[in-house]
Amino acid sequence: MNEVYSINGPVIKVKNAKNFKIMEKVFVGKQKLLGEVISINDDHTVIQVYESTTGLMRGEKVYNSGEAISAVLGPGLLGNIFDGIQRPLYSIFEANGAYIKPGTNVDCLDMKKTWNIKMKVKTGDYIRFGQIFAVVQETSLIEHRLLVPKNVIGEVIMAKPDGHYSLEDVVVQVKDKNDTIHNLSLYQKWPIKEPRPIAKRLPLTIPLVSGQRVIDTLFPIAKGGSAAVPGGFGTGKTMMQHQFAKWCDADIIVYIGCGERGNEMTQTLDEFTELIDPKSNKPLIERTVLIANTSNMPVAAREASIYTGITIAEYYRDMGYHVALMADSTSRWAEALREISGRLEEMPAEEGFPAYLPSRISQFYERAGYVNTLSDSSGSVSIVGAISPQGADFSEPVTQNTKRFVRAFWALDKELAYARHYAAINWNLSYSEYIGDLSKWYNKNISTDFLESRQRFITILAEENKLMEIVKLIGKDVLPDDQKLVLEIARVIRVGYLQQNAFHKDDTFVPLEKQLRMMKLILYLEKSASNILKEGKAFSLLQKSNIFEKIIKVKYDIPNDNLDMFEEYYKIIDESLSQIR
Amino acid sequence: MNLQYIGLKEINGPLIFLDNVKGIGFDEMVEIRLENGSVRHGRVVEITGDLAAILVFEGTRDLSLTNTVIKFNGKPMEIGLSKNVLGRVFNGIGSPIDDLGPVYVDEYRDINGEPLNPVSRLYPKNYINTGISSIDGLTTLIRGQKLPIFSGSGLPHNDLAVQIVKQAKLTGKDADKFAVIFAAMGVTNDVANYFRRSFEEAGVLDNVVMFLNLSNDPIIERLLTPRCALTTAEYLAYKHNMHILVVMTDMTAYCEALREFSSSKGEIPGRKGYPGYLYSDLASLFERAGIIKNAKGSVTQIPILTMPNDDITHPIPDLTGYITEGQIVLDRDLHRQGVYPPIGVLPSLSRLMKDGIGAGYTRKDHQPLMNQIFASYAKVMDARSLASVIGEDELSTTDKSYIQFGKYFEKHFISQGMINREIRETLDLGWKLLSIFPREELDRTDDKILDEFYNHEVAVSQFELNDDLIIKELSNEEN
Ligand SMILES: Nc1ncnc2c1ncn2[C@@H]1O[C@H](COP(=O)(O)OP(=O)(O)OP(=O)(O)O)[C@@H](O)[C@H]1O
Ligand SMILES: [Mg+2]
Repeated sequence: MNEVYSINGPVIKVKNAKNFKIMEKVFVGKQKLLGEVISINDDHTVIQVYESTTGLMRGEKVYNSGEAISAVLGPGLLGNIFDGIQRPLYSIFEANGAYIKPGTNVDCLDMKKTWNIKMKVKTGDYIRFGQIFAVVQETSLIEHRLLVPKNVIGEVIMAKPDGHYSLEDVVVQVKDKNDTIHNLSLYQKWPIKEPRPIAKRLPLTIPLVSGQRVIDTLFPIAKGGSAAVPGGFGTGKTMMQHQFAKWCDADIIVYIGCGERGNEMTQTLDEFTELIDPKSNKPLIERTVLIANTSNMPVAAREASIYTGITIAEYYRDMGYHVALMADSTSRWAEALREISGRLEEMPAEEGFPAYLPSRISQFYERAGYVNTLSDSSGSVSIVGAISPQGADFSEPVTQNTKRFVRAFWALDKELAYARHYAAINWNLSYSEYIGDLSKWYNKNISTDFLESRQRFITILAEENKLMEIVKLIGKDVLPDDQKLVLEIARVIRVGYLQQNAFHKDDTFVPLEKQLRMMKLILYLEKSASNILKEGKAFSLLQKSNIFEKIIKVKYDIPNDNLDMFEEYYKIIDESLSQIR
Repeated sequence: MNLQYIGLKEINGPLIFLDNVKGIGFDEMVEIRLENGSVRHGRVVEITGDLAAILVFEGTRDLSLTNTVIKFNGKPMEIGLSKNVLGRVFNGIGSPIDDLGPVYVDEYRDINGEPLNPVSRLYPKNYINTGISSIDGLTTLIRGQKLPIFSGSGLPHNDLAVQIVKQAKLTGKDADKFAVIFAAMGVTNDVANYFRRSFEEAGVLDNVVMFLNLSNDPIIERLLTPRCALTTAEYLAYKHNMHILVVMTDMTAYCEALREFSSSKGEIPGRKGYPGYLYSDLASLFERAGIIKNAKGSVTQIPILTMPNDDITHPIPDLTGYITEGQIVLDRDLHRQGVYPPIGVLPSLSRLMKDGIGAGYTRKDHQPLMNQIFASYAKVMDARSLASVIGEDELSTTDKSYIQFGKYFEKHFISQGMINREIRETLDLGWKLLSIFPREELDRTDDKILDEFYNHEVAVSQFELNDDLIIKELSNEEN
């Protein structure tokens, strides 16, 4: 029998063991702590333990399971909140009360609950891995499509009628060409570190619309794409992720709180239960899976949380859904890798991170994509990963390596956050490489004006940037009037457009149509004002007219459901400028 | 299972190594008895086969390979608790040092605590009135929050902490349910006495528990001090429904002790020699703040740390900021100018305030006021840096008005001395100061709010701006 030989925090070693497999799930000691085999050599096997090892003794037994650490996939995921190894926190709460105790053994999904399923196959059908064999209304919002598990291909020899079944009930039997019988129930397991297969990757041509102006307009992310949000503490990473989770037009949200605050997860849970999705009129929680492995929870499970999350995301993608995954924060995940690596006394690369950090990061982001699924539909997983760079210095390894693998980069800025300009996305440092691929979509579905206006905005902001160099040296007063106008319009763009108040009922989410109209209104103001200057009128007159302030406040003053009001504002601009004439 | 062993295999820094041990658990507490009868405490930090590494909290001075008897306690370190701890003084590992004898024990608790299940937390919403404008107005403290003070050596963080404790006393029916737990790590005797005296003056001493690991106490012991304090806090909060404010100072000394432990263990160091798990370790302390369902009490934390070289990107403030729910940053320039409390409001933040302010909590104009102050004060900084290049006289009228606002804001709003201000006074003062500006400059604020709260005339008379050239220019232009 295998016994614990050494213990160093979450890392334990077993001597002279031969029967372990790499990445195998094991149970450690009397408490049956969950662990994973992470390395094997002829002398010893190294296991990382997902729970606290306090009190563990040398000589306690280590039990094999024969299988890899896996996610349990089936109805009951939505609306639920799990820890990093997919233990439902409500069940743990019922078992242990307020605190999470090691060795808590609870089912990942509710095995007793019955689900009303509708069969999609019948006896005699030929089915294979990835196909839909039954459906069930998981929440009032989402139909859960049960997929044929891995390695199953053959003829249906038994299919239960529609009706109520619990997760473990066998509802379909399949006979393969070797006459082996496979039992299909309402759930399946999938190793979390193994990407789920797809039929084909598709190009990314549709934006994941978030209703956040600076993202949708300037730095959009495609459905199936990936984005990184780096920023020092308090710059708004979590808020940004929450805004995305609340408002983006994905069907399913997987939100991973990886090594972050407990209160934030509580808040997410509360808010998402209360918040009603405007499109479906249902609470947002009905399309959301929460994973909370907070900073004080065991560090190895923090490492697992990212994989648990992405596996669940892929599972819903394979049903034909658009899934958006938020990981807050990938830095904590990388630090978990570093901590485990340090305990293994591996040779560190940059800043103590293991040499395999870049490959782990790339493997994670590679799991995003827009695909044809094995069930002949299409779905996507988009990833938005927060990064918490040490000292807010973007040259550190996690930021740098992530940059290589994502195509949208939303750099949060301390100075903007200090001035409470939120979202504090620095428009000079951020970028999106998706814009070219998405242009067709914007032109067709919104208007060709959209990208033109966007370009004009970018030009004005760049001009402002240049002018500010001068202003910093000699002040604004000496600039000629047309340049003063550039600065003023840039201010309108910054304060009236890029800045967005997440706590304002209309401003928190802004449809693309309104984004377009706001841009056009601001550009109309620019054009009209510049005409006034051409007529020889002084800029100070323009300023006194108060029109810039009026346009800045449009974001609050025009409700999202009354876009006709924009027409009035064109008149207001004309009127107030005509008074100058 | 009380196992005893005689003699050691190796001594290295604060670590001792024991060979041929069996049946001991990871993280278990040990007692180390010296020849002279004195007892030290340690913890099993690594087990490799029959070899155990033990961290000795009081240090390994005077230990030899032969003069010790080690007793394993069979469980992690615990602290004995009852309501009688109130009013008592303990050392850094929870032994009484106030000559009042042992404490009656109602229950023993593991000082390491356990991670709180997020679904058992209640999201904190009730604000604590500290009577300090820059905190109440701009970085509101919420009951159950962890809000550190980022300070520097020589800055008045202790005065500020004391002022918060004194003024934050709950009033009304909850008043007797309020207690302060003070954990000192590596601070001088003077500082500890200062806190003690101040608690006494505030008349809260009977509701204070002190854990003192002073600068001349064993360094490694500091690793236990905050854990003893927080375990006590949780006990009082969740068992006796009390509202506990935990003041922990100086977290920098705590982190240094952790670094010392880590390097003696030969671990691969992270940034500036601090261990890679500093974040997780600090989180295991700070995450113990909060409110839980089914309990009426709360644990609020005000950790104090001194930023080495005033550098906010140093790993200690940096990692702290990533864990806590905001920070109050003290500013050396303001301090030099005699502003007290010298709170640098721009880098300061309270993340929990948004749900604890506004109509029904403080006042409906609170959020807009705060947004506008931050925006305007940020521009003050721009105007100042411009002024430092081209001279104040060359500034535009608008920039001058920002310089003006900055001056008055720091003088009247931030600087308040030991006075206790009602939230209403703080908010009114904020509007008066903003009203120094022409109304158009307040571009973050709704017209409705401005209609109600903006009043330029009042500002002019209040701050006697009439004589002031800049403002005259401004009001002339307005006409
Ligand atoms: N879009 C926004 N609208 C209004 N306020 C915001 C916005 N974004 C951020 N904030 C403010 O900034 C605070 C900090 O934001 P957040 O918690 O998202 O930071 P963070 O980058 O996740 O920090 P950390 O790395 O420490 O977790 C929030 O509590 C909120 O007050
Ligand atoms: Mg965050």
